[in-house]
Formats: sequence, C-alpha cells, structure tokens
Amino acid sequence: MKRNRRDSGLAALMLVPSGVILLLFVVYPLIKAVWLGQQRCGVTKCTNNGFDQYLDAFRSNEFQDALIVTAKYALITVPIGLVLGVALAVLADKYMRGVGIFRTIFSSTVATSVAVASVMWFFLLNPNVGVLSEWIGGIAKTPGLLQDPRSALWAVSASSIWANLGFTFIVVTAGLQGVPKDLYESAYVDGAGGFSRFTNVTLPMISPTLLFATVVLTTRAFQSFGEVDLLTEGGPLGKTTTLTYLAYGSGLPTSNDDGLRATVSVLLFAVLLALALVQFRGLEKRVHYGN
Amino acid sequence: MAQVRLQNITKQFDGVTAVEDINLDIADREFMILLGPSGCGKSTLLRIIAGLEDPTEGEVYIGDTMVNNVMPKQRDVAMVFQSYALYPHKSVQDNIEFPLKVRKVPKAQRAAAAIEAATSLGLGEYLDRKPGALSGGQRQRVALARAIVRNPAVFCMDEPLSNLDAKLRGETRAELIALHRRLNSTFVYVTHDQVEAMTMGTRIAVMSRGHLEQIGTPQEVYDKPSSVFVAQFVGMPPMNILPAGSLETGTHLVGVRPEHLRISPDQPLSLQVQLVEQLGHEVHITGSVGDRRVVIRQDSAAVMPAVGSVVQVGAAENGRHRFDAVTEQRIAE
Amino acid sequence: MAIDQVYGARKVGRYLLLTFMAFVVIFPIYMMVVGALKPGNKVLVNPLLPTDFTTGTLTEAWRTGHLGRALWNSAYVSVLITLAQVVTSILAAYAFAFLRFPGKTFVFVAFLATLLVPLEATLTVNRRTMQSLSWINSYKALTIPFLATAFGIFMIRQVFLTIPKEMHEAASMDGLGRLGFLWQVAVPLSRPTIGALTLFSFLTSWNQYLWPTLVTTNQKFNTVQTGLKTLKLAAIDKPNLVIAGTVIVALPIFVVLIAFQRQLIRGLTAGAVKG
Repeated sequence: MKRNRRDSGLAALMLVPSGVILLLFVVYPLIKAVWLGQQRCGVTKCTNNGFDQYLDAFRSNEFQDALIVTAKYALITVPIGLVLGVALAVLADKYMRGVGIFRTIFSSTVATSVAVASVMWFFLLNPNVGVLSEWIGGIAKTPGLLQDPRSALWAVSASSIWANLGFTFIVVTAGLQGVPKDLYESAYVDGAGGFSRFTNVTLPMISPTLLFATVVLTTRAFQSFGEVDLLTEGGPLGKTTTLTYLAYGSGLPTSNDDGLRATVSVLLFAVLLALALVQFRGLEKRVHYGN
Repeated sequence: MAQVRLQNITKQFDGVTAVEDINLDIADREFMILLGPSGCGKSTLLRIIAGLEDPTEGEVYIGDTMVNNVMPKQRDVAMVFQSYALYPHKSVQDNIEFPLKVRKVPKAQRAAAAIEAATSLGLGEYLDRKPGALSGGQRQRVALARAIVRNPAVFCMDEPLSNLDAKLRGETRAELIALHRRLNSTFVYVTHDQVEAMTMGTRIAVMSRGHLEQIGTPQEVYDKPSSVFVAQFVGMPPMNILPAGSLETGTHLVGVRPEHLRISPDQPLSLQVQLVEQLGHEVHITGSVGDRRVVIRQDSAAVMPAVGSVVQVGAAENGRHRFDAVTEQRIAE
Repeated sequence: MAIDQVYGARKVGRYLLLTFMAFVVIFPIYMMVVGALKPGNKVLVNPLLPTDFTTGTLTEAWRTGHLGRALWNSAYVSVLITLAQVVTSILAAYAFAFLRFPGKTFVFVAFLATLLVPLEATLTVNRRTMQSLSWINSYKALTIPFLATAFGIFMIRQVFLTIPKEMHEAASMDGLGRLGFLWQVAVPLSRPTIGALTLFSFLTSWNQYLWPTLVTTNQKFNTVQTGLKTLKLAAIDKPNLVIAGTVIVALPIFVVLIAFQRQLIRGLTAGAVKG
C-alpha cells in the first residue's frame, strides 16, 4: 500500500546513521576479531594458527589465572557491594529529618569515574603517604596492600566497591520507592515486624532491581580495566591481572600482539555471553514480582 | 458544501472484515449518528471518513471530491477522540492553537481564534493550564475547542462523552446540540449510547456486525425499526419480541415496546410477574410469557400487580411491529 | 503511629549508623580535598586536617597535568558523542516505534543484539581500523565509534511506545506530518527519558578510559581520564599534585550530577524498570 512504501523509505533513512555506526564498530570488529584471534601478529604481519589458537589460549596458564582472578574479583565485589548498597538504601529509606543529606552522600561516589576513584585509592593505600596504610599497619606498611600478593586483589576490590556503591544505592533506592506502600501497611496490620517485613515484602518486591544491579555489577567486574591499570598494573605476580587487563594491559605476553589480544577478547566475549545467558534465565524466572 | 458520501466501503484488517459494502450519504450540516454495539464497525467507518484508515474497497467523497488519496490533514475534517488525545506538554491555549500553528496561521490571528473557541466553551480562565490540571469535562471541552478552532467542514467525534459521568454527559449533550446549530457544519458522531443518538442526531445510522441496519431520523428508527436488532438496540427498556403465534396467529415475530403493552383481564397473554421496579415517574414490570422475558412500562399512577401474580397483557394493533421469523427483517404494512 | 517513621532509641541508633556510614563513604573524598589544598611538603603533616591552606597545589596540578587541555578535550568529545547519540537514537527509535516496514522485528533484534557485545571484545580491531585510517591521535578516533548506541535506541523506543496511538492520529488530523509529529509531539513528550539518556551518554563518554588509552599517544589528545594517568606517572613523587589533579577532574562531574540528579536516577534505573 502507498503508505507502507513511504514508511519503508523513511525508516531506512532514519536507521542508517545508527546502523552504519553499529555495523562498522560493533558487528564488523566482532567478526573480524574472531578471525584475527586465530593469528599471531608481529609488528608488520600476522601468521595464521587456525582455531587451535583459541583452545591453546584458553588452556594457557595466563588465561586460566586471569579467569580465576576475574571470578574472584567478581565474587568479592558483587556480593559485598550489593549487601552494602541494600543496607544503606534501606537505612536511608525511612522518613527521618535530614535523610536527604545521607542519600546525597551515599549517591556521591557515582560521580567519580574509574580513573578518579582509582587514583584516590592509590594514594589512600600508598604505603608511604596513605592514611589508611598508616592506620592498618602490618602488610599495609610493608610492602603495602596493593603490593602484597595476598592483599592486592582485595585492595583493588575495596576501591571498586566504593566506586560502585553510589550506583547500587541509587538503583536500590529507586526500587524501594516503587514498592507500593499498602503492601507494608498490610504486612504491618498482619503483625509482621521490621525484619519480617524486609524479608517478606521488601526483598521479593525489589528482586527485579537486585537482579538488574547484580547483572550490571558482574559485567563491570568482568570488564574492569581502569582500576587494575591505575592501581596495580596487573601485579603483583599477576594477582590482579583480570581478563580485560590481559587483553589490553601492557607488559604482558599479549601486549604487542593484536592476534593474541583478539584471541583473549573473543574468549572474554564468550565468557560474558555465557554469563549474560545464565543471568537472563534467572531474570525470566524471577521477574514476575513486578507489575 | 460538505456532504459526506461513502460508496461501497469495505474494510478488512488482516483478512477480518470490519465493515462491508457500506453506502451512506451524509447531508451538509447534518448531525449523523453512527450507532451500534462495540465491534460493529462504527469507529472504523468514522476513521475512514477522517482518513485515519484507508478503505480496502470503495470510495469516500467529502463535498464533491473523492478523498481516498487525500491525507487527513488536507480533508478539512476535525476529530474529537474518546481519550481526547490532548498534548500533555502543551497548555490549553497551545493545544487549541496547535492545528492553526501547523497550518502556519499568523500568531496573533491564531491566538485570537483559540481564545474565542475556548471562551465559547467556558474555558476562558484555564488557557494557561496544562491538560493534566483539568477535570475530565474540561479536557473534553479542550478537545472540542481544538476541533472548532479549525472551522472544519466535517466534525468527526468518536464517543466523546463516554469518559464523563452521567450528569456531565447530560449537560454536554445539550451543549453539543447547541454547538451544531451554531457552527452550521456537518457532524459525524459515533456512539453506542442510544440516548445520545436519539437526543442529538438529525439522523441515525444503526450498525451491526459491519453492516448498516437502518438509516433514518430518530423518530423513524424508533417507530419503524427495520429489524429485530434495531428494535432491541434502540429504546430503553428494549422492545419485547414475542414468538410467532403467541399474540396473534401467523408465522412472524411480533415486537411490542414496553409502553405499548397493556394490562387488562381481556388481553390474550398470561404474564407471571417477577419484578416490579418503581422509578418515580414510571414503573417497569418484568415477567415471563412462556419462556420469554417481557417488560412493561407503566405510568406510576396505575394499579400495581403483585410479584408472583399472573396478569393478562396485550397490545393494540398500532403498537405491534412484525418481523420475519427467519430474516428478522421488518414486514411492511 | 505510622510505620514509615522511627521513634526513640531506634531512631538514635539509626542516625548513628547512618552517620558512621556517611563518614566511611565520604572519607576518601574528604582526604582528596584536604590533600589538594595543602602545599606539597605538608602532605604528611596532619593529613586529616585542612591546615596550611593553599590553592598553589591546585594551580600547579593544572599546569603540570595540562588539565585545561584535558578538560576541554573531554568536554568536546563527550558533548559531540552525547548529541550524536541522542539524535541517532531518536531517529532509529521513531522508525522502530511508529513506522511499518518489512523485516522490522529482525532489524530491531539485530540492533538490540549489539548490546550483548562488550566494548572490550571490539577494541583491538577498532584500534587497527583507526590505525589504517591514520586516525590515531585524533578527535575522530575518540568520537566516531560511539556516535550511536543500541541502549539509547531501545530506551527511547520504549517511551515512544507508551505514546497513545490516538495522540499520533490527533496530530495527523491537526495537520502534522511524520517528522512534525516526531519533533513537536513525540520528543517533547519524552523529554524526561531523553534527558536521562543525555546525561547517561555524557557520563559514559566522559568516563571512558580504555579506548582513549588505546588510540591516543600524544598528550595533546588526553582526556581527563587519561590525563590523570599521565599525571600520576609524571608526578609519582609528588602525591598531592596528583591528588589535586583528581579533585580538578572530579569537580565538573560532581556539579553536573548535583544539577541533574533526577535524570541520573532515571538513566541508571532504566534497565531495571522493565526488567
């Protein structure tokens, strides 16, 4: 019909700008990376090793170590960050005088970029000038929390949990405000105490929000680069070399080899995709609390 | 001149027929009501006139021009939507001015027109408000004003009163009649409410299942319904349809309006009284004749039968409507 | 008594807990600000207290880190990306929400699928593309790959879909064409969401770290994020200079966020609402 034909032309015109950008800088590089990931590259040329390069890379100690580091990093930052964020949001959700100030403070870390937060914590934890290392003493003085292999990942995690706290707080607060008040009142009339109201009303009602926050925080953990680059450069002894840092950091076997970098980034993509699918299934199961 | 002519209009949505082979002539300055239950195709027909839907077959004329290929904005047609479709981000005045602004009417001129339209509908003091700050009735007037300000040849209205409460609906009906008289233009009005149809329309087109059942003045439709469907859709309570052979010998159905049924011992039908409703100015008596539900409307002064009693009822010849038992169409006298 | 109010001892306890947590959260920021306002040789003296107040450290950091240039670069790049993302998202969202065309579902899913591809999976190839175009060390490299975003398209499409069909029809009766409807009705109606996207895009591009380190080697093209790294490496023996630089870099975003709190919340929670 005449209208439809005109629609198609206009639609094409409107989709072209985004389509071209996404095609050139998301779709093409992904496909190209799968191909490039089969090569080892020097400064001028690449040699093809076929698909085996993925298997070799995946089995390599460097990749396995980075995978474990990243998983540990996620397992530290996500649960702690989530619990802190929910606790603060619930604490600051009651009607009390001055609660707005607390909300502003708890939200404030959202304004710090990864670079800003990392540089801040670099100095807070610095064994020579940092106040925190002064207070903590022990390994925090020599060699320093970021320098000791036992504590480095935890130190990076502290910085990251702090930096993400604002995000988690804002998202959970918004989720809490979406819980209909009559549900609380009904539970109250039914005789439920504060803790019981939290587990029986609050948690189920904000579970979609929590799931969303979990997805975002986990993805961020797997994509962490800036904090590693600025705090530890992957060290000490590779204890903070995450997958993304392995793909893009300096001073690593991958650093001057675009082929290997592509291999690692494609594997990283595969890991993230698997993660996304797992989370998506969880999402499907539990999201029906809303509405 | 703004008569509207629909010729052999058929509209299908994904193979489902919404209206079929409709022929309708709406005269200039007529207040035409499209009446029918939901899903009968009345809104589709209105939207075809407005240009919001393309007919699958058939031709639409406005004035003497075939408008099938004319965009809605060039048809000189305004529309008032059931939900009013006001722009929530614009003030009342900006809403009313908007059609003129789009048509590049100079600013001073369109402001004057908008204020005049608003004032005529009693919206003068709300010009700066946003629709969200208005009551339902006021919003409805803004929607009307937005249509009026364009001074269109044809007004299309799709159940504009259905979101108002009963009292406001009654008042607005009277205002719409006055508006029609004042504007002197053609109104096409869709409703499922037979009271609106009877009180406002110069003519009514009754629709059912995508077909036109009857076109006529309210009086014609009421007095000489062309089918059982029309007979029962127009009039409240609806016309009683008695099975063939009950009130008179013969093979056709006999319809009698509730006010034409008389209670008297010499009448032929026995009615078992089940319910007596006192409405103040009149009384509705509901009962059964055989397995048929029958309603009688009486003056409240008359003697009231007791619930459970059996009374004799019947109707005079001029109160009887005869319909074919198979086609359910009216049988001409 | 209302259940959302707290009384007596519990109230005091809650305030104490809130105050303690507030101190913990704000402590790193406080230390930065205090450090940035001290002269270099006094950083270790009374590190907790704002003594020996000076703005000298800030100005020195500004000069040493070429932070003026970095701020300008960041602002320029972020504004460009934000404007482009908002416009391209609105256009594509309109096509997906209001137009009928063959293969629409497929095209939409294809657009949406790009959300599954993490930035990190594409950057190596993208950097090679930049190299082959000789775009390393250029604003083109910093902006062009990010001029469109499936996230923005999806977000705006969702809000466009909530506009009632009758609004679209009323506009066409009023005489608006398709583009007229888009700019005069759909966009103004979606202002809160578009505002949220604007802020979200701006923050995301302002905070980019990895990509700029890959495609810029010349300090002239430092953004504030890579500028901080440069400053940190250059002034490793002058911690308070780096601290002052951090404060300078963080300040504009604090101001922006305080001004646009509501949009921020909407932007951050956009993914959560329609789970």
